[in-house]
Amino acid sequence: MTATAPSPTGTVEDLADAVASTSTLRRFLHGLPGVDQVGVEARAAGLATRSVKTTAKQFALDLAVRMVDLTTLEGQDTPGKVRALCAKGRRPDPTDPSCPAVAAICVYGDMVETAVDALDGSDVKVAAVATAFPSGRAPLDIKLEDVRAAVDAGADEIDMVIDRGAFLAGRYLDVHDEIVATKEACGDAHLKVILETGELATYDNVRRASWLAMLAGADVIKTSTGKVSPAATLPVTLVMLEAVRDFRGQTGRLVGVKAAGGIRAAKDAVRYLVMVNETCGDDWLTPDAFRFGASSLLNDLLMQRQKLATGRYAGPDYFTLD
Amino acid sequence: MPTFEYAPAPESSAIVDIQPSYGLFIDGEMVDPIDGSRFKTVNPATEEVLSEVAAAGPRDVDRAVTAARAAYQSTWSQLPGRERGKYLFRLARLVQERARELAVLESIDNGKPIRESRDVDLPLVAAHFFYYAGWADKLGYAGVGPDPRPLGVAAQVIPWNFPLLMLAWKIAPALAAGNTVVLKPAETTPLTALAFADICRQADLPPGVANILTGAGETGQALVEHPGVDKVAFTGSTEVGRAIARSVAGSRKKVTLELGGKAANVVFDDAPIDQAVEGIVNGIFFNQGHVCCAGSRLLVQESIADELLDRLKRRLATLRLGDPLDKNTDIGAINSSAQLDRIRELSHAGELEGAERWSPPCDLPDRGWWFPPTVFTGVTQAHRIAREEIFGPVLSVLTFRTPAEALEKANNTPYGLSAGVWTDKGSRILWMAQRLRAGVVWANTFNRFDPTSPFGGYKESGYGREGGRHGLEAYLDV
Repeated sequence: MTATAPSPTGTVEDLADAVASTSTLRRFLHGLPGVDQVGVEARAAGLATRSVKTTAKQFALDLAVRMVDLTTLEGQDTPGKVRALCAKGRRPDPTDPSCPAVAAICVYGDMVETAVDALDGSDVKVAAVATAFPSGRAPLDIKLEDVRAAVDAGADEIDMVIDRGAFLAGRYLDVHDEIVATKEACGDAHLKVILETGELATYDNVRRASWLAMLAGADVIKTSTGKVSPAATLPVTLVMLEAVRDFRGQTGRLVGVKAAGGIRAAKDAVRYLVMVNETCGDDWLTPDAFRFGASSLLNDLLMQRQKLATGRYAGPDYFTLD
Repeated sequence: MPTFEYAPAPESSAIVDIQPSYGLFIDGEMVDPIDGSRFKTVNPATEEVLSEVAAAGPRDVDRAVTAARAAYQSTWSQLPGRERGKYLFRLARLVQERARELAVLESIDNGKPIRESRDVDLPLVAAHFFYYAGWADKLGYAGVGPDPRPLGVAAQVIPWNFPLLMLAWKIAPALAAGNTVVLKPAETTPLTALAFADICRQADLPPGVANILTGAGETGQALVEHPGVDKVAFTGSTEVGRAIARSVAGSRKKVTLELGGKAANVVFDDAPIDQAVEGIVNGIFFNQGHVCCAGSRLLVQESIADELLDRLKRRLATLRLGDPLDKNTDIGAINSSAQLDRIRELSHAGELEGAERWSPPCDLPDRGWWFPPTVFTGVTQAHRIAREEIFGPVLSVLTFRTPAEALEKANNTPYGLSAGVWTDKGSRILWMAQRLRAGVVWANTFNRFDPTSPFGGYKESGYGREGGRHGLEAYLDV
């Protein structure tokens, strides 16, 4: 049994008034129902006790592989490393043709061309982080130029960061307008908005930032850059899943969620999928609507897949390090 | 597109060893009942007979009380508190060591989901023994006087909804305070109490300190009316509680009663709504609603009533009903066919009185006793389903406009065991908590238990407190 979405009660246009001015936006965001910290953490912990075995595990592991945004965001990234990552993304387990490809390869803007070349002919997308990732501290025109450069180089998806300083100072409209401008600069590319929940301090803020990003046109809301600790957690992701579910209910528009950073074990990935399943339902159980931003997670997924198929664990040396 | 269906994930029952028949645990030994009568205990999820247990008659009760008296006089009341504490710590550790076995046994005999017996019941059982073990040598500091004395022999009668947990609530404080006990588990759920008898032997608890008599209502009656008993502790229905109060009236016996409830779960319009939905679900569907402090009346502020109900219904559609031993089951079996009949009867009355009944699409297994999670809307204070304790997975929804109206409706019940308040406003929580006539008031949560916190009722929900320092006082002469 899974949660099903009821027919929407309105459209995105109905919420246009909310972003008319600083005060209306503030009133709207602060009028959202609160989040009780103890309650949301208890619910996430409760869902994490679901036992996913045999066929369900097989389904979840394959789905998780298809949802991975295989990521490298290091100063020391080289074209060679990016090409290796792309090869891995296309065929994560060369010994098993039934293993699906990942959703996307996520790189810095200057590596987009390399990745696009390496992924030519595959369905794997290229995602680029932009807008002065990870801090977001640059003038707006430079951020937008960053986005346009990545899109021109062929990026299918842009992962932007919000201005947390402006958000925490209550300048919600500034954050909103920046997302709108970035969305415009993206053109046809999908926009993922990174909330950097580790810096937002409260679950109430996570819910507000989620709605703010959705009102501004985000295609996906994403937990973290991976550069700040804590990154993705189950309760934070639960609050975001509730937000996209409610936004869908109110406007009919489906916004995706990406949990990024700190998810290393296949077991954890399965817990996220259980949470998606029981909070949002089937419509979010696709790579279009839910992603994992991760690097080492993929190898553990592959290891568990193989274990499930053969009944034995292979050593870590049998999986490529990228 | 395939959906994410959880494959069966049953907890293995191989860990439990249920004997074909059990005797009575008297004076440290399993003995046959004197008149030899026996009854069957059944797995409510399959209706399969699990074992035959002894029905203790009046002479068995006499034997047990005599053994408890002898143990009280010769050993237990003579032991220093520190030594009693050692035994209790040992019991606590043995419960933890055998937690998985006890959890599986509890789910088999009671019908509750393994997720709950594993994650709620058993950890709390161990916590109660650990908590009261710590008090055993500190009774003079419990705030009930400088040198409190034990009462003697305690007769304890417990219900079937949390068999082992209720045993722990009764036995742990009684033994810590220096009393000896004769405990009667419920007729339908004797197996974990009998497993506990084995734990007492494993712990080398001196014979006669804890005695366990299985049986039905007559056994319980004979036990509480026995003249050799100094203290009566009962958890169960208000009806039986009344009978016990009558039967011990005028005697020297000290009594604590923990009876029924019809708790109000009050949700204000500024509540954290998703967590309130979880709290409502946990309040009434935890343990199939077989909880005396269940939040069986939902009072919701009318401005958010529709939205809250939509969210609640969507959430209820994700509840998984079925095999109690499956680790993903949320709603298990109803404990007995008699209880199922009562739930059906009251639900039917709710429909006849004009309330609107709703359940999520939910397949019930062919065998066993089951009832789907059920919500009644359009309920008024006059309806039976708003007044009588259903003790099943049935929620009655009422609305209110002002805090004063919420308070009035919440208190307008003969019961007063628990209540819940959901709001983001701290001052309103305090305002409500001061005025709600209920022994426990939960704020932005529900059905949370802790051995350090006293628990008990107002009005027809009983008297006396269990848990915390207050729970010790119930077993001490102060």
